[in-house]
Amino acid sequence: MLFRLAAPRTRAAQLLIGAALLAGCTDGPWNNPNPESPPGLVTYQSVMTPLPPKHLDPALSYASDESLFLMQIYEPPMGYHYLKRPYELLPLGVEDFPQITYINAEGETIDPEAEDVAYSVYELTVRADARYQPHPAFAVDDRGAPRYLFADASESRPYRQISDFPELGSRPVAANDYVYAIKRLADPFNASPMLGFMAQYIVGMEDFSARLKDVPRDGWVNLDDYTMDGLQVVDDRTFRITIKGRYPQFSYWLAMHFFSPIAPEVDRFFHNPGFLDRNLTLDWWPVGSGPFMMVKNDPNSEIVLERNPNFREDYFPMEGAPGDAEQGLLEDAGKRLPLIDRAVFRLEKEVLSLWTKFLQGYYDRSGESHGNTNRVFDQAFVVGPNGVELGAELASHGITVSPDVKPAIYYYGFNMRDPVLGGYSEERRKLRRALQIAFDTEEYLNIFYKGNGIAAQSPIPPGIPGFVEGEAGINPYVYDWVDGAPKRKSIEHARQLLTEAGYPNGRDARTGEPLKIFIDVQSQAISSTSMNWMDRAFGRIGVQVEYRPADWNRTREKLLTGNTQIFSHGWLADYPDPENFLFLLYGPESPLICKCDGANNASYERPEYDELFRQMRILPPGEERDALVARMVDLYREDAVWLFGYYPKDIYLNNPWVHNNKRHGISKNTLKYVRIDDDLRERKREEWNQPVIWPLYAMSALLVALLLPGIIAYRRRLRATARQ
Amino acid sequence: MFAYIVRRLIYAIPILVGVNLLTFTLFFVVNSPDDMAASQLGDKYVTPEAIENWKQKNGYDKPLFLNPDAAGVAQLTDTIFFDKSVRLFAFDFGRSESGRDITTDVATRMWPSLAVALPTFLVGIGVNICVALMVVMFRGTRLDRGAVFVFVALMSISYLFYIIGGQFLVAKTWRLVPISGFHTEGQVWKFLILPVLVGVVAGIGAGARWYRTLFLEEANQDYVRTARAKGCSELSILFRHILPNALIPILTGVVVLIPSLFMGSLLIESFFGIPGLGSYMLDAINSQDFAIVRSMVFIGSILYIIGLLLTDISYTWADPRVRLS
Repeated sequence: MLFRLAAPRTRAAQLLIGAALLAGCTDGPWNNPNPESPPGLVTYQSVMTPLPPKHLDPALSYASDESLFLMQIYEPPMGYHYLKRPYELLPLGVEDFPQITYINAEGETIDPEAEDVAYSVYELTVRADARYQPHPAFAVDDRGAPRYLFADASESRPYRQISDFPELGSRPVAANDYVYAIKRLADPFNASPMLGFMAQYIVGMEDFSARLKDVPRDGWVNLDDYTMDGLQVVDDRTFRITIKGRYPQFSYWLAMHFFSPIAPEVDRFFHNPGFLDRNLTLDWWPVGSGPFMMVKNDPNSEIVLERNPNFREDYFPMEGAPGDAEQGLLEDAGKRLPLIDRAVFRLEKEVLSLWTKFLQGYYDRSGESHGNTNRVFDQAFVVGPNGVELGAELASHGITVSPDVKPAIYYYGFNMRDPVLGGYSEERRKLRRALQIAFDTEEYLNIFYKGNGIAAQSPIPPGIPGFVEGEAGINPYVYDWVDGAPKRKSIEHARQLLTEAGYPNGRDARTGEPLKIFIDVQSQAISSTSMNWMDRAFGRIGVQVEYRPADWNRTREKLLTGNTQIFSHGWLADYPDPENFLFLLYGPESPLICKCDGANNASYERPEYDELFRQMRILPPGEERDALVARMVDLYREDAVWLFGYYPKDIYLNNPWVHNNKRHGISKNTLKYVRIDDDLRERKREEWNQPVIWPLYAMSALLVALLLPGIIAYRRRLRATARQ
Repeated sequence: MFAYIVRRLIYAIPILVGVNLLTFTLFFVVNSPDDMAASQLGDKYVTPEAIENWKQKNGYDKPLFLNPDAAGVAQLTDTIFFDKSVRLFAFDFGRSESGRDITTDVATRMWPSLAVALPTFLVGIGVNICVALMVVMFRGTRLDRGAVFVFVALMSISYLFYIIGGQFLVAKTWRLVPISGFHTEGQVWKFLILPVLVGVVAGIGAGARWYRTLFLEEANQDYVRTARAKGCSELSILFRHILPNALIPILTGVVVLIPSLFMGSLLIESFFGIPGLGSYMLDAINSQDFAIVRSMVFIGSILYIIGLLLTDISYTWADPRVRLS
C-alpha cells in the first residue's frame, strides 16, 4: 500500500517539490539564525560566551563578562577616555573630577602634601542631565505614590517580566543614589565581593556592615534609614565619601560599576513580594542612567539592550591617541552617542557555531570579552613575512583585526619560602635565574598561544605607567639586547648559573641527587603537550619536573597555605596603575602573613620593596613615583620571583560593516561608540549565504537509489511462485 | 492495577532518598561550602568575611547533616542537607547559586528540550522500525548482511562526529539551515531540522539493528508462516503480525525514555544552542552550581521512575495477557 501510494518516480518528484517549497518559504537566507530586527533600528549583533552572566547587580558582579552589560547600563562617577593611551580617567556620571580634601586626625583640613593625612574626603557633583531609563520602579500614581508596590505575592502574580508593567517613570539621578549604592556594597545581606576590600578604606563601612547584620530581613530594608560615617549627602546633586588616609587609586575605583548609582525606589521595587520567585530582581534587571537599557534578559539564549531614551547628551571624542585619525577612528568625532539603537548578545557555547556565524555575517564581531583566537580561530591566521596575519579568505571578506594586549599578566611564580627554590641568598637567586632562562617564554607562546602574548620583562604590562619599552625595559638577568631586540641568554649561561647555585648538571653537589622541581597547575589550564614541552625545556639544564594538577579550589588551598613550590596564576588589572600590579609582590599581601586570600602568592618579602611600595601607593603620578616603580621592578628582577610571565594578547575580528573597533583594556563602556553600516551588512549577508541546493537533489536521488532495488526485489517476490 | 501503581510509588521514596543522599555527599566531598563561596565570589579580594556572608546569604552556614547546637528535631532540620535536599521532596527546588529560581528555569527550559527531543524520538522510532522491518523482509540475503554491516558501522561512529559533520556540511558548507540557535519568534522549525536529523541518523545504526534482532525472532514463529500461507502480503505480515508481537521488548526500551524527553540531551543542546534542560545541567556542572545539579538529578530520578512505571503499564496495553498485581 505504502509503495503503491508513492511510486519511486512520484516520490522523487515530491521531494523536489518539497525542496522548492522550502526554498520559497523565507525571504532572506535560509540559514539566518537571527530573528527579525525591529524596522528602522540599527542592531548590533554580538555574542556572549561561553556562559551567560551570573550577576548583573553592580554590588554583586565582579566578572568582565558581566561588566560588558553593566557598563552600558550604568554610569559610575568616573570613566575612561575611549581612545587615548595611556588610559585617561574622565568624569562620567559626575560633572567634574572629585574635589579631594585632606584631613588630619584632629579633623583639620591640611595640605595635600602633608604627611599626617588621616582622611581624604572626595566630593562629587552628579551631572544635572543624568536621568534614569524609563522603568516601572519610577512609575507613580496621581498622588505621587509608587504605582507598583504590592502587599503580597498574589497581587504581583500577573507581572512576570519587566515588559508586563504598562506604566513607566523616570527621574534625575540624585546624589543619594550614589550613596545608597555604596551602602548596598556594605550590606552583608548582598554578600558583595567588594565589602572586605572597600571596608579597609571607606570610613564607617565595617561598622555599617556589622549593624546591618542584625537587621531582620523580611522584605525591603531601606538603607537610607542607616547612616555610614564616611558618606554624606550634601545636597540633591553633591555627595562626599571619606576614606581612611591617602589612597589616590580610589579615583580609579570610582570608575568601576560597584559605584554606579542605585535608586532606592528601584531596590524597593525589586523587593516586592513574589518577584524573587519570578527572577524579577535587580540582579537580573539592571536599572541605570547609561546609554542603553536592558529590554530582554533570557540568560538561556539572549540579552537585548536598547538605546536609553533618557540618556544625557554625550558625544564621540574629538581627539584620540596618535594614529587613531589615520585608522579612521575619528570619523565619528562630535557625533551624538550612542551610534546604534539596539544590541543583541546571543549565548554561544560552541566555537564552531560562533565561528561559522561570524563568517556568515550573523555576528558583527568574533567576541566581546574573550578574543577566542588562540584555540578557536586558528584557521583565520597564516604566518606571513610580518608574523601572524589574517588569512586570504578573511582578508577578502574585508574582516578587520583588533589586537588587544590586556592590562593583565599570567605567570608561574616561585614560592619564596620553599626550602629548595625559595630564599634570598645569591645561590638561590642564581638557581631561579637558571630556571627562568631555561623556560623559553617566546617559544612557549608561539607554540601554545599562536604568538598571542608578550613575554613579560616586569610585572607591569603595556599601557600601564611603569612599563618600559626597548633596551631599558628588559630584564638583564634573563635577556641581552641584541640587534635592537631582547635575546634570551644562552642555555650554557643557565647551566653555569646552576653550577654556581650548587647544582652542576642539574644534580645537587652535596648529595648527587637530581634536582626535581614541582609545579602546581590547574588541571584545566595545562595540557600534556605543554607538560612535555616544559619537561624538555628544563631537561636542557638537567632539571626534572613533576606536575601536581588540581582543580581551582585545591590549587587555591595550596596557595593559601603556602604548600606549593611553583604555581600558576594571573592578574587582570582593576585600574591602570602600577600599584595594581606591584601589590602582587607586596609582603603583607602574602596569604601566609595576612592569613587571607592575599595576592602575593609567591610570599615575596623584601623590606626595601615593601617600603617603596608604601611610599609609591600614596604618591601622585610623576617622576618621583616612576623612580620608585623602576626600583621595585629592579628588585623583582634581582630576586627572580617569578619563573616566567606573559602579557596575554587577544585578537578580535570585526566584519567590515563594524566601525570604531578600538579595544579598551580597562573599560567596557564602549558599546556606545560602535557604528554599524546596516546596508552593507544586509548586502554581504545575502551574498555570503546563498544556499547550496544540489545536495538536496543528490540526497533525494540517493534515497531513491537505495529504495529502488528493495522495491524491485519486493515486487518480484510478490509475483514469484512458491518454488521460486 | 491501582494498588500496583501506589506500591511502586511508595517503593520510589527510598530510591529518591538514596539518590539524594548520594548526590549530596558526592558533591560536598568534592566541594565544601567555602569552596563554593570562593568560586562564586571570584578570584579577587575574597576575604573570609565575604565567604561567611555568602554562606549565610545562601544558607550554607549550617552543619551538613546534624546541628548539635539546635534542640530537638531542629538538630536534623536546621542543616544544609535538610534545607537543600529534603525540601526537594516538596518540589521546592529553591534558587541557583546565582540567585535564580530553579522551578521557573526548569519550567521555561523544558519546552525547548521537548521541541527537539520529541520529534527526534518519534521520527527515530518510526525510521528505525521501518528500516528494521525492511531488512527483516530480506533476511538471509546480501541486502540483509549489507544492512547489518552498515548498522554496525553507523554505531561505531561517535555521536560528536554526526553533530560536527552535520553542522559542517548542512549548515556551514551548504548553508541550508542555521548552524545553531533557537528562538520562538518566527520560524522555530528551522532550528530543529538539523538537530532532529542528526539525532535520527545517529540512532539508526543501534536502533535498527536492535529492532531487526527482535523482528527476526518473531519472523520465524509459526503464526507468521500461517499468515503467509493464508496469502497475507509481506507488508501486512510485517506491520500487522510481526510488529505487534515484538512490541513488548520495544516498549521496554522506549517507554522508559518518554518522561526523560523533558530532560533533553546534553550534547545536542550544547552544540546546537538549544536552551533546554540538557544544557542547563551542563552549565550547572561547569559552574559548580550544586543547587541546580541536585534539582536536576532529583527530577531525572523521578522521571526515570515514572518511565519504568509507564513501561509496566504499557505491557498491559501491548499484551492483554499481562496483568499487574
